[in-house]
Amino acid sequence: MDIGYYPGCALHGSSNDYGSSVRACLAALGVGLRELDDWICCGATAAHSLNHLLALALPARNLAIAQRDGLTDLLAPCPMCSMELLKAHAALASSAEYRRKVSEIVELDVQGTTQVLNLIQVLQRVGLETIKEKMVRPLAAFRPACYYGCLLTRPAKTLQFDDCEQPTSMESILRELGAEPVEWNLKTECCGAGMTLADEDTVLELSHKILGNAAEHGANCMVVACPMCHVNLDMKQPDVDRRYGCHHDLVVYYLSDLVGLALGLDERTLGIDRHFVAKQ
Amino acid sequence: MARIGVFICWCGENIARNVDVERAAALVADLPGVACAVAYKYMCSDPGQSLMRQKIVSERLTGVVVASCSPHMHLRTFRKAAAMEGLNPYLVEMANIREHCSWVHHDREQATAKAVELIGMAVAKVRCDHALQPIAIPVTRRAMVIGGGVAGIQAALDIADAGYQVALVEREPSIGGKMAGLSETFPTLDCSQCILTPRMVDVGQHPNITLHSYSEVEAVEGYLGNFKVTVRKKARYVDVAKCTGCGQCWNSCPSKKTPSAFDYNMGNRTAIYVPFPQAVPARPVIDRDACLHFLKGKCGLCAKKCQAGAIRFDDKDQLVTEEVGAIVVATGFRLYSIGKEQSTEQTTGYGEYGYGKCPDVIDSLQFERLVSASGPTAGEIRRPSDGQVPKTVVFISCVGSRDNAKGISYCSKICCMYTAKHTMLYKHKVHDGQAHVFYMDIRSGGKNYDEFVRRAIEQDGARYHRGRVSKITEEHGKLIVRGVDTLAGETLTIEADLVVLASAMRSADRVEELAQKLNVGYDEFGFLSESHPKLRPVETNAAGVFVCGACQGPKDIPESVAQASAAAGKVLVMFSHKELAREPEIAKVNETNCAACFACVRTCPYSAIERADIRDRKGNIIKRTARVNQGLCMGCGTCVAVCPSKSIDLEGFTEQQIYAMLESLV
Repeated sequence: MDIGYYPGCALHGSSNDYGSSVRACLAALGVGLRELDDWICCGATAAHSLNHLLALALPARNLAIAQRDGLTDLLAPCPMCSMELLKAHAALASSAEYRRKVSEIVELDVQGTTQVLNLIQVLQRVGLETIKEKMVRPLAAFRPACYYGCLLTRPAKTLQFDDCEQPTSMESILRELGAEPVEWNLKTECCGAGMTLADEDTVLELSHKILGNAAEHGANCMVVACPMCHVNLDMKQPDVDRRYGCHHDLVVYYLSDLVGLALGLDERTLGIDRHFVAKQ
Repeated sequence: MARIGVFICWCGENIARNVDVERAAALVADLPGVACAVAYKYMCSDPGQSLMRQKIVSERLTGVVVASCSPHMHLRTFRKAAAMEGLNPYLVEMANIREHCSWVHHDREQATAKAVELIGMAVAKVRCDHALQPIAIPVTRRAMVIGGGVAGIQAALDIADAGYQVALVEREPSIGGKMAGLSETFPTLDCSQCILTPRMVDVGQHPNITLHSYSEVEAVEGYLGNFKVTVRKKARYVDVAKCTGCGQCWNSCPSKKTPSAFDYNMGNRTAIYVPFPQAVPARPVIDRDACLHFLKGKCGLCAKKCQAGAIRFDDKDQLVTEEVGAIVVATGFRLYSIGKEQSTEQTTGYGEYGYGKCPDVIDSLQFERLVSASGPTAGEIRRPSDGQVPKTVVFISCVGSRDNAKGISYCSKICCMYTAKHTMLYKHKVHDGQAHVFYMDIRSGGKNYDEFVRRAIEQDGARYHRGRVSKITEEHGKLIVRGVDTLAGETLTIEADLVVLASAMRSADRVEELAQKLNVGYDEFGFLSESHPKLRPVETNAAGVFVCGACQGPKDIPESVAQASAAAGKVLVMFSHKELAREPEIAKVNETNCAACFACVRTCPYSAIERADIRDRKGNIIKRTARVNQGLCMGCGTCVAVCPSKSIDLEGFTEQQIYAMLESLV
């Protein structure tokens, strides 16, 4: 299976550990990733607060590149990217006027036919059976709290992915691989996201609540599928510990890390050694 | 030679404002066949009708066109008036120059021109009209009521008390419906069972009522006044005639762990059971899926204990046929199943409330069972998870209702009232408890209703917060309810012990199937459609089928009962005649020309066309033909359109008439 790959800024920069992890994990599952040629920023939070058309055109150019290169499916492992791409996808599908206008702006024909997928959807497409067949090391002793954050399932209407308030898709994959995901309460709460730069206090408070609740419900690690969540739960964890005088001591894995480990990949290949909180 | 009178109505200003009625009268007076054309301010008024009647006599009219409002409004009025002067009523036609013309056009010139054309078409139609006679249909003076909740019980008793036989069909093992499971009722707080169970007993003992409990309608044939309904009596495995209802069987049954549907899974029941002690009939049924005899082939303890020898493990479903003249549908409602799989994609949601995940998040019918003296906790309010008495209870209204994102746009109407009631019942039982209510609006229209809500707030201290709840999570045995009070302008977090969701009212399970069997319309939510929302609220578009109670739309008990009596009244009006008259505007087959291809039989949506043989005097078949059942045909005209040999015509709307109308335009 060959699909398009849109890393977005995070997976090339601050969260390149996620990039390594996704690439290694999917390669082991036989999924070839074709990175979009000359991709640009998805617009993230900045564009849509400035200009509606700009917020459509930025992700639309990436859809246009995928369309030009014959990529019908496009993986965007960052939920912010996939949400922006899906929003553009929906807007383009809804109106010929948008298609005309946006094609003109991005200087490429764009119909919005490319299917945008997040990491979980790609794993689902590979199939739980196939993943299980390739498993060499069951994830016994892993009791992860699966954390979806705010964007992986929302807005529900645009994403149409899992139950937006009580998602279970990560749990079903990990359970299949021998892990014992815990039931906990803050799966879809906000981690503070980009506030991490402007208002660190808020982020520390939210991350503290999330980590605390996961631990209280018996988790011994966290699993995320979002670079921003990883920053706030992993990189900021020492700050949280300092602020609240506690030792959460929870390793924060990307979903692809755990799947990769089950497939027999080593921590270095998956980029786990680049996380801030290390396994004791 | 036709002598047609045209009567143009001003409808006060409704028509006259945009249509020059006097000029229209002058213009149509010259149409061929028109003997006189007059305009009058209110044609439907008494003087208006008199004017028409005088003209019928003085001008020796052979046909009448009334140009006014929609025929739905007044066709009957004008036909009746014409009949009083001896003119066949089916020689009266209407041109709709109000809804189709004056109300939708603003240019007076063009509207007047259009009105003249509409009248011209009606004149052309009347010229081809011929006298028709109403169709007389015999009526079986016996009724069926489907659904044995409070509405069905009321309708059945009213009809039976008037001296007519009633067959009451109930899907569950006992009648009583949702009301039998309620604790106390608003706005008087009288005990639901105390007022309902005597009525249930009345039904059980009434000489005119045949009760088919644990039964469902399998098939419906026939038509107004002459229905043949096949009822499936599901196997009870208990001989109802022999059983005395002593209780030996269910007291000795070893299989005790089946969640009780009557208690909304809040308690358990045995495999042989009566759903509740006051059940009518007070006869048990055996649940095959729980009974050890059926599961493992052993046990049979109930049969050993039963002194009457009433246990019948070899019982089978039985089909019985009921012949009735009228059918009342009273199938009631169910609750929106929160956060669970819904019938359509659109109505999934509320995962954030944790219903089905947190045992102490329950719906309002479950709360009724918790408060009810006959409920699983014998009326003590104890929460499901650990049996503790909850000290803080949060009630959330509008769960599902009024939320387009969840697929339900309507207001469920009763939740504001019963939520207020719940807070009171809670306070009356847990004096040191605190009730909180999150609401969008308080809708308490009705006699003594708003006073009741005020009482809940002012006397019983319920705290009302205007706003929604965003999330409920479970922490250390508490439910953390996070919401907003939009009046106070602040977010709220309440640590509750129990949360009660006032979820939306939906139509009963599988009611669409029944509606299709009965040819009754239903809306996108499955609520059955009445014939007219104001003037025919209990009739349906299927003649002889009536609706009452919550199957037609969300309703409380008083309204359901009132509507049930109304439906019964309509049935009794029907039964006051030996024969019923039907409008004769139905399809008619030219049997000489019919090629017996039966395309019409296959296409008729009402199954009103039959295959028939034409025989000579010796009984030999001469030819085959299609034949219209006059009782069933609704005059839709589909058969006319499909008949390849043009052998079917619609009386009152013949092809000749349609073409004449078109010709008048071109």
